Amino acid sequence: MFTHLLSLLIWLPVAGAIPVLLAGSGRPNLARWLSLLVAVLTFVVSLFLLVQYHPDAGGMQLTESYLWIASWGVHYSLAVDGISVALILMTTFVGILVIAGAWEVIQDKPHQYMAAMLILEGLLIGVFCATDALLFYALFEAILIPMFILIGIWGGPRRVYATLKFFIYTFFGSVFMLIALLYLYQKAGTFDLATLAALPLTMKEQTWIFFAFLIAFAIKVPMVPVHTWLPDAHVEAPTGGSVVLAAVMLKVGTYGFIRFMLPIVPDAGEHFAWLVIVLSLIAIVYIGYVALVQEDMKKLVAYSSVAHMGFVTLGIFIAFLLVRESGNIDMALLGMQGAMVQMISHGFISGAMFTCIGVMYDRMHTRQIKDYGGVINVMPWFGFFYVLFAMANCGLPGTSGFVGEFMVILASFSANPWIAVFAAFTLIIGAAYTLWLVKRVLWGDITNPHVAEMKEINGRETFVLVAFAAAVLALGIWPQPLVHLMDSSVSHLVHQIVIHKI
Amino acid sequence: MPNLNDILIMLPEFYLVAAACLLLLMDAFMKPEQRPMLHWISIAVLLVGIYLLIVGQPEQAVTAFGGMFIRDEASEILKIFALGTTVLVMVYARPYLIDRKLLIGEFYTLMIFAVIGIMLLVSAGNLVTIYLGLELLSLSSYALVALNRDARLPSEAAIKYFVLGALASGMLLYGMSMVYGASGMGGTPSLDLAQLHNVASYTTAPNLLLFGLIFMIVGIGFKLGAAPFHMWIPDVYQGAPTPVTTFIASGSKLAAFGMAYRLLSSGMGDLSQHWQLMLAVLAVASLAIGNLVAIVQTNLKRMLAYSTISHMGYLLLGLAAAGPEGYAAAMFYAICYALMSVAAFGVMLALTRAGFECEEIADLKGLNQKSPWMAFLMLLAMFSLAGVPPLFGFWAKALVLEAAIHAGMLWLAIVGIVFAIIGLYYYLYVIKVMYFDKPAEGSVLQAKPDVSLRVVLSLNALSLLVLGLYWGPLLSWCRHAFGL
Repeated sequence: MFTHLLSLLIWLPVAGAIPVLLAGSGRPNLARWLSLLVAVLTFVVSLFLLVQYHPDAGGMQLTESYLWIASWGVHYSLAVDGISVALILMTTFVGILVIAGAWEVIQDKPHQYMAAMLILEGLLIGVFCATDALLFYALFEAILIPMFILIGIWGGPRRVYATLKFFIYTFFGSVFMLIALLYLYQKAGTFDLATLAALPLTMKEQTWIFFAFLIAFAIKVPMVPVHTWLPDAHVEAPTGGSVVLAAVMLKVGTYGFIRFMLPIVPDAGEHFAWLVIVLSLIAIVYIGYVALVQEDMKKLVAYSSVAHMGFVTLGIFIAFLLVRESGNIDMALLGMQGAMVQMISHGFISGAMFTCIGVMYDRMHTRQIKDYGGVINVMPWFGFFYVLFAMANCGLPGTSGFVGEFMVILASFSANPWIAVFAAFTLIIGAAYTLWLVKRVLWGDITNPHVAEMKEINGRETFVLVAFAAAVLALGIWPQPLVHLMDSSVSHLVHQIVIHKI
Repeated sequence: MPNLNDILIMLPEFYLVAAACLLLLMDAFMKPEQRPMLHWISIAVLLVGIYLLIVGQPEQAVTAFGGMFIRDEASEILKIFALGTTVLVMVYARPYLIDRKLLIGEFYTLMIFAVIGIMLLVSAGNLVTIYLGLELLSLSSYALVALNRDARLPSEAAIKYFVLGALASGMLLYGMSMVYGASGMGGTPSLDLAQLHNVASYTTAPNLLLFGLIFMIVGIGFKLGAAPFHMWIPDVYQGAPTPVTTFIASGSKLAAFGMAYRLLSSGMGDLSQHWQLMLAVLAVASLAIGNLVAIVQTNLKRMLAYSTISHMGYLLLGLAAAGPEGYAAAMFYAICYALMSVAAFGVMLALTRAGFECEEIADLKGLNQKSPWMAFLMLLAMFSLAGVPPLFGFWAKALVLEAAIHAGMLWLAIVGIVFAIIGLYYYLYVIKVMYFDKPAEGSVLQAKPDVSLRVVLSLNALSLLVLGLYWGPLLSWCRHAFGL
């Protein structure tokens, strides 16, 4: 089959953007079809990952490694484990849906929009399979460029403020990581992640490196208190931008945690696990309350994203606590597993929620909750999907939202019941803000005459929503394949944090 | 007595001097309608110069005229890139010069003389050669800035440049005389850099030597445009005709690096623990002043002037590391900076027309709608200047930061990175204006139809992306030049 599957996955969308840019100027439809073709092709190619990756074998597979910069020993090296495979599949899946979702919505320079999306997709795939720290860093930073353009050109009224804030904020975080990586390079003489993972470091070094990584990834996730760029970026971004941002880009942060922090600085990670756990709980509880009072739908979902990502970081660091303090590997596995499932699940749910808001925004050109009410009367099919995703967002059993949260809560209970109590708050608050949103937008009488003019979703929008719904339900009812895919990788991760490096 | 071998070693320089004199003669005897041919002839002259450099490259470092002139790999690289960027400047300058009726022989001959100055400077093996090269470069640059002699702003800039430049030359010369004196106390006085290298070990007047070193660093700081010796940069950049600004921002910076390397590493290498700290202070000041003041600029040329100051701060990080790694990183940075700034100014030159100087940031409003390709090229230049991967500028920054960490100056690297975040803002602002703003009423922004400019500019800006993806060979080349 494919010998360079991972390279193909990265470069196919990036190279595909070039004909879209060249052929598409002045011929918007050609640009749309071309980019859809590229996205579908990428998705099809990514399905081969399931064939060529062997979950039971574990470890990093499909390795490609070429010497890139000889005098620095930098390699262009790619490899995937189960977690990366899941994330890449989610990226290519969402990639099709955002292109389809933007079809006639983006009228201004669609070829540039589509090309930026494709480049973004390729770079994100690259982030998920880079195994050289410098390559990872370059891709990690490069994704800012297309996103900056996407928000800045096609965003809402305050797009310039939002996109500058987004870019500078994330750049600010990641540069400290660069210093940490350069420091590690001095010690190890390589940027290879596996070598860095085996590098002995003193506690002092680990502490500094831990915080450099923490700033970089916490901003990306985002964790409280560095989450403030997210509501702005989400609110002003075009629908597709919000979907990619929530569904895939936030995962880059948590992915960084497991790829860098866990293996490279496990002892500092143990020492400061409480800090991350406290921040995660604040995200879950406090940001949940913040979401409750939002008047802008997109902002509400943005805050709910912060709260849900809190579960991912909680799951990862609960595992730390469990392994290091009580030696409870099984529960640690469960927590880590839950965090990974939550990552994938949140990708689909938040993507779907933002798509729904986009559908309404295209008709009404407002995101204020108060402008809506009674939408179900004119758009019953849309209402069906909206309620489904809302339920998934509050973690209803049977949807993907339930699986991850449940596993994380279970694991935290065995670490410390109080953590579980706070984490479980989300079941109430999450339900409160989501259902209240549904009540105010969908139910009730139509008070705004414009709502009465809203048209039912068309075939294209139905396709996008059905695809999201299928993913959410499939993961909720039968999460086993996903869990199996990631199983050996997760246990490898957990065993990595058992090892002391001092 | 100079022998044939000496002349062969300096062949590219001799060739360029002869060619420049010939150009002057041709200019005098040509019919006016044939004068535009000078443009192509000068470019051909420079390209042949590059060819001579590559063909005649010696196996290992050789000296000529009793050590006055050194031809080694580092000087070869700097010369090739200095000539190359000068060719770029000439290509970009043509439409600008035609529109303003400045397409005259003087422009080309002065440029070539300035390039000869650069070549002498980066090959200097003796304090006298350094001074000679520096003056040749500076005097040509002063005249180039004042090329449009009837305009007020360029004349003002030229005078400012001249007065401050003369002052800096004086400082440098004064420092050199002190060093010369110190070398004579306890040994034979010498102007030769190789012999000055271990003056510190035997001189009976170490304070005098340090005193001289400080003055020489002032001269270097001025030529680089490092704060606090940066005062001339903004006014000269803004006032000079844009092609000349482009030259000052590219080839001239390569020369400044070469001069700093020769003086500090070859000449004052023993005193490195002293000048490392001085350069670190200059670096921090340049990073701070350059990045902070650039934020409030509305004039693009002035903004790029402050950006130059900050970039020289990064270059100094590499120099301050004072080891082969640091020099290689700094040289890589200088080359990278020259390519980036030529591209950025090139886009401005491409958008300039008769009666319209594209030099305010606001002039670029909505460029993506008017000319998406030019906007994209500028975007590449800006992201590269800002140091965002995968563009070339990022790797250059990473290299100097690594060099600083390697030399045990982690704090300096952290200062550098913090100012990179601050500096990000003003580059993003330019992209914001081009991409996110609507074009102004009646805006007629469009790229020049000049084919050579469009093609070369595109290649230049795309090279930032290509080199960003594959910079290994260039780095190996730079490292090889310093014995790594």
